[in-house]
Order: sequence, then C-alpha cells, then structure tokens
Amino acid sequence: MIRFDSVTKRYPDGTVAVDELDLTAPSGKITVLVGPSGCGKTTSLRMINRMIEPTSGTIWLDDEDTAKIATHELRRKIGYVIQHAGLFPHRTIVDNIATVPYLLGWDKKKARSRSLELMERVGLPPHFAKRYPAQLSGGQQQRVGVARALAADPPVMLMDEPFSAVDPVVRDQLQAEFLRLQEEIGKTIVFVTHDIDEAIKLGDQVAVLRVGGHLAQLATPAELLTRPVDAFVAGFVGRDRGYRALGFSSAGTISTHQEQTAALGAPTPYGAENGPWILVVDEKQIPQGWLDLDGVKPGENVITDGMLYRGGTLATQGGTLRAALDAALSSPSGRGVVVDDAGALLGSITASEVLALIEGREREPQP
Amino acid sequence: MTVLASSSSSSPLQFWGYFMDHRSEDLGWLWDHTWLSVLPVVIGLLIALPLGWLARRYRWVYPPMMSITGLLYTIPSIALFVLIPPIFGLGALDPKQVPIALTIYSVALLVRVVADGLASVSDETIQAATAIGYKPVGRLFRVELPIAVPVITAGLRVALVANVSIVAVAGTIGMSNLGQLFTQGFQQSTPDAYYPPIVLGIVLCVLLALVLDLSVQALNRLLTPWRRAVRT
Amino acid sequence: MISSVITWLNDPSHWRDTRLNTGIITQLEAHLRFSGIALLIALLIALPLGLFIGHTGRLSWLVAAANALRALPTVGVLVLLTVMIAPNFHGRTDTGYVIPTEIVLVLLAIPPILSNTYAGVQNVDPAVRDAAFGMGMTGSQVLLRVEFPCSLPLIFSGFRSATLQVIATATIASYIPLGGLGRFIYDGLAQQDFPQMIGGGVLVAALALSADLLLAAVQRYAVSRGISGRISKKQVAAPDSRLATVTQAEVATV
Repeated sequence: MIRFDSVTKRYPDGTVAVDELDLTAPSGKITVLVGPSGCGKTTSLRMINRMIEPTSGTIWLDDEDTAKIATHELRRKIGYVIQHAGLFPHRTIVDNIATVPYLLGWDKKKARSRSLELMERVGLPPHFAKRYPAQLSGGQQQRVGVARALAADPPVMLMDEPFSAVDPVVRDQLQAEFLRLQEEIGKTIVFVTHDIDEAIKLGDQVAVLRVGGHLAQLATPAELLTRPVDAFVAGFVGRDRGYRALGFSSAGTISTHQEQTAALGAPTPYGAENGPWILVVDEKQIPQGWLDLDGVKPGENVITDGMLYRGGTLATQGGTLRAALDAALSSPSGRGVVVDDAGALLGSITASEVLALIEGREREPQP
Repeated sequence: MTVLASSSSSSPLQFWGYFMDHRSEDLGWLWDHTWLSVLPVVIGLLIALPLGWLARRYRWVYPPMMSITGLLYTIPSIALFVLIPPIFGLGALDPKQVPIALTIYSVALLVRVVADGLASVSDETIQAATAIGYKPVGRLFRVELPIAVPVITAGLRVALVANVSIVAVAGTIGMSNLGQLFTQGFQQSTPDAYYPPIVLGIVLCVLLALVLDLSVQALNRLLTPWRRAVRT
Repeated sequence: MISSVITWLNDPSHWRDTRLNTGIITQLEAHLRFSGIALLIALLIALPLGLFIGHTGRLSWLVAAANALRALPTVGVLVLLTVMIAPNFHGRTDTGYVIPTEIVLVLLAIPPILSNTYAGVQNVDPAVRDAAFGMGMTGSQVLLRVEFPCSLPLIFSGFRSATLQVIATATIASYIPLGGLGRFIYDGLAQQDFPQMIGGGVLVAALALSADLLLAAVQRYAVSRGISGRISKKQVAAPDSRLATVTQAEVATV
C-alpha cells in the first residue's frame, strides 16, 4: 500500500505542482493517475520513489515513511517503468533486465536465469537475450522495461506513461498483456497516463487530477463514467460515457438465436432463412465472416475468404453489455454473433434484445 | 624566475616596445600569417562544397570520403609540410608548400562539415521545397545551403583557429610568418631568456585567432537573420 | 627526390645508432616516451574531471576555459616555456627541454579529452539516466556503469584527437632541441639533407597513422556493440510481428 498524506510539491519559483494530496493506492491494485498536462501526475508518481522530493507531507510505503529510507534502497524495492523505456544501450537485453538483481548482489547465474524467466513472462522470445536495445522495436523495448522493473520482484511498481510512445495497435496489445500479467503477479501499481481511455481500461481505481495538483475525483472506472463529481471531470472523461459505462456491466448469460451457417470452402448456398446474409464458419465452428448471398457473382460457386465481410465484432458469452451491443451494431445482418470462451459460435442476438437487457437491469450499476 | 626581474628590456611586458622597434618586419609577418590562415580555408571551402554535396547526395560516397579525409587529418602538420614538395614536384623548401598543406587540412575538415551541415536540413524542408517547385540546383543554393550555414560556419571557426597555430609551426622551418618571432626569441635567449618577441608572437597569434573567429561569427549572423528572430 | 627518400629510409645504418648519429629506432622510442607520458598525465587529469563535470554539471566553465587554450600557438608556448625553464638546468641533461615539452603536450591533450568526456556524459539519453537512478543506482554507480560506458565513443574520439596532436607537437619539440622523430626533419633542414628531412616526415606521418589505427582497434573492442551500432544486419529488423498476430486473435472479427 502507498499512502499520500497531505503531500505538496512547490518549486523554488513558486509553482505548485502538487497541492496537499491525500491518496491511497491499495495493495495488489492498479491505481491510475490521470489528468491534463501540468496536473502534477508525474510529479506525484516520482515523489513515491523520491526521484523528486516532496516539499511537505509524507508518503508511506506500507508502514514506512519513504523519507526515512535511503533513496537507492527505496528505489530498489520499487519497480520503475518510464515512457521511452530508458534501456541501457550498452547492455544486452538479459543484462538490462538483470540490472536490479545485479545491484542487489545476486550472483550472475541466478540473475540471468531470473531475467530469462521474465522475458518469457512479458512475451519476448529467448533469442532476444543477447540482443541490444537498438535492435528492438519500441513495443519490444517497453516489454523489456516492464521485465526490468519486475526483476527483483518488488511489491510496488511505478509506471509513467509506459505505453504512450508506441503505436495504437501495439499499445492495445501491451495493455491487454499487462492486465493479464497483473492478474498473475498482483503488484501494487501506480500508473500515470494522460489518456482517459487507458485509465478506464487499466485502473482498479482512477484518480483524476486537475492543473495545480488537486485531486478532482478518486473512483472506480465505472463510477467515474456514471457519476463524475463535477464539470471538469465530466469534460475530461469525455463523450460516449453512457456507452463506455456498459463496458463495466455484465450482460449475464445471453439467450441467443440459433444462426444458420455455411462452411468456408463449401458450395455457395442459393438462399438463407433470414435475408441475404449468412454466417460463414470454419471446421471448428469459429465464425469467419458474413456472406452476402445477393452479392454473389456468377462463377463464385464455392465460399472463399475473399467473399467475406469481416467488419463485425464478436461478443463472448459472459462478457459485457458493451461488447454485446457492439456485436449487434457492427453486424451487417443486424444479428450480433455470440461465441463461447473457445471462440466457437453459440448463436446471435439483435440490438433491440441487447437494449432490452440494458433497460431490464438495475438502473444504478453498483460501483 | 630571476630572469624576469633582471633586465627591464627583456621583461615579457616589453613586447609592445619590441613591436614598435620592429614594426615593419612584424606587420609583414602578421600579414603573411593572416593570408596563410585565411586563404587555404576559403579555397578549402570551395573544394569541400561540391565534395560534401556528393557525399550527401550519394550515400555510398560518404564512408570512403570520410576515411580519406580523416586519414589526411591525422598527418601531423610539420610532416605534411615536408611531404608536399616531393608529392607536388616543388623544391624542397618552396613557400607554396604551407598554403597547399593547409588547404589539404581545410578540405579534410570541411568536407565532413558540409556533408553534416546538409544532413542537418530536415527531409520535410527538402520535400516542401521540391513541392513548391525548386529544381535540385535552386533548392541547394536557396534552401539547403542557407540552412546549413550555422554548421558550416562552426567548421570554419575550427579550421581558422587551428590554422593560426599551424602556420606558426611553418615558422620553425623558416617560412615567413609570426612563427619567426618565436625563432628570433629562441635564438636571442642564449644565455639569458629574452621574452619580448616570444610574447609578442603569442599575443598577435591569439589576437589574430580571436579576430578571425569573431569575423566568422559576424558572417554567420549576417547570413542567418532568421536565427536572430527566433532567439529574441 | 622520392627515390632518394626511399634510399634514405632503406639504409639500415639510419635505423641503428652509430657513433655519430642517433638512429630511427632510438628516436622513435624517445618520441613514443614523450607522447605517452603526456597522454597518460592528460588522461589522468581530463577524464575524471570531464566525468565529474558532466555528471554533476558543476565547474562547466572549466571546459570552456580549456577550449580557449586551443587558440594559443603551440610553438610559441613551447618556446616561451623552454626559455623560461631550460636555463635552470645545467650540465649534460635534457630535463630543461623535457619539462616544457611535457607541459605543452599535456596542455594540448587536455582540451579534447576533457570536452569530449564532458559532452559524452551530457549526451547520455535523459531517459536512460532517469531509469538508472530509478532502478536504485547510487550517483557513482550511474556514472561508472551507465554514463561512462555510454560516453566511450566520444571519449575515444577525444583521446584519438589528443594523441594525434601530441605526436605532431612532439615532432616540433625537436626544434627546441629534443630527441624524437622530428630530429630528422630539423637536422635534415639544417644540413640541407632533404632526403633525411622528407624521410623524417614520412616516419612521423606513419607513426601518427599507426597510433590512430591502433586506437581505433582498441575502441572497437572497448565500446559496446549496442552503442557503436556494429550489429549484424539480419538481427536488426525487429517488427512487432509476434504482437500483431496476438492482436488479431484478441480483436477477433467476423
């Protein structure tokens, strides 16, 4: 657990970066600090490992006053991931990851085997071990950054915009893997971002800060979307709040309609029960795309990949209302495809049926 | 140190009196020193501009050209002075050997500077200039070279200050320049040290280096008015 | 002219010491000794100082001051120090010439090593320095384990430049007069023996080139491949290919 106790940072020129901040980051949870630039989020984060010293107030790490621990010892107990990874260019990947174990005096063999184990954890192939940072892409470097922070198994991790310098596709991927990793390791994480979508996606709780270092609201993502405390938070959280809040409501077990299917590589059928669209699946019943029978050209007597419409999203049984609604809205037939955990087809649901589910649930979602 | 106080006329501070006594000779050496320092840099720049452009335009030219110029730059000045005559078919002690050697140094230094200066022009700028309708030659003279001016003038400052010191070395093999003041002072220092010509030589060399350095800085300001606008 | 220079260089009697003359080998040793001592002293002064200034940001005016020294004419300073110091030494010793020479050589070698070391440390990516402190390295660990190895390419180029200048100026020291390969140049000039003079020039140039090549080889060995960029081509291209496939699986579409 990390606790800010009326922490203030005032610079010699009089600027107040953080003003009387009280905040608790509970153990094993991800606390996201989010806000516009100049809100003091990075300053707050960097005060935890004393890269910046607070002007007044106390930051507690469990029961210890961080100001009473020697800085280098404090920092070795806290994982630290920054925006551009900051990998050591002169060291190989395996040695980069082993930085803190080396500092703690582990023997080389143990440090390296720990390092290789972490590479696997963060999804880096073992043959990267002998490479140098310059040989890796931005996303790969950031994985190394995460592995390096985890090397000595610190209970606490600080992450300062770790995914903001990589392209959106890789960012989505890194975020998803990060959440999966956190499920395994359960660290106390403080995460800084300027991106409210990232905050909502990753945070167990989100602290919205406003310029001048004031805490505007501390809440779970769902609560932030449904009950912003003031106009600033509402504006910052942005549009589509109602729709995005559905991402935190379970759809429960969806009762689906049976969907007529055709197999990839099979002869093109002449007609379908429900209009011109028919769902195409592979041999494992995994949906591949929709086929428009009205659009089939002469000579296309076998269903091939190139004939399929792939714009629709999938809803997983037991998933969120948002995923269910999106599956229905994105489907060309108006029927959203529902699959099981293995990705195999269960059936379909229409948008109006999802809306009925939404209206039928309790009006106030429990945060 | 007893020498310093023993005779007032040999005191280091007497260099001004020494200058007044040998004015015409000293001014002649100063003039020789000045043109020997400046002219090779001017010629060197004229040679380095096309070579640097080539190294920038055709990327494969860059590594070998940098190896050759780097190699030339490693040759000590005194060795280059005495090697020039046999290579260029001059007499063993020809006054032309010094400007030729210094021109070689200047080219060696400035080729890299010009290439790096042109490389400092951003691709966006080059693409924008091309899109507006500049042809390669017009683009080079009206867009790329002006932007490269600060890098090139920084190289010119290094070349000029280095030349002032190297020209004095040529004085030790009898060439006419401020280095002669050191030779004279050295010869007149037996049995007792005689400082005025030596100090005068150092002072004039430093002043010359300073004036040349400031002139290039002024030239840079003149050629890049847009940088002044940004700085204020 | 060229053939007579080759003849001079090929004459074995010019390489060994004789009753009348000091040979090339002995002068080469002297040249290497003066240069080596000066470079060692300059390195011991400038390297720690440059690291300190770069790391702490304090005393950075010293770098500017050292660079201003470059405007001094080396020959002039050499002659000045020689006439100041040499008369204080009597008898059959060259100490009176060695001391001013070493002072000039050290003064000459310090600015490139100092300013390049300083620039090398200053140029370390701030994110790398931030990460090093954030990992819990102490100030001296950051300096020695991160900033120093990352600055090595610039430190080497400064040291190589210092080496070339020292070898060149040690040649001029023969003028004041002192041993070294420059002897052949100045003796050849005095005796109007131009093959000897030009042969001396060839030897000095060869020494400078060999020294630079040797240092380049040491640099290749000492600087991490991760910094020098000498990485085999086929290993470089590193697209997020693995990521892309996983991403497709997660954002599955129909």
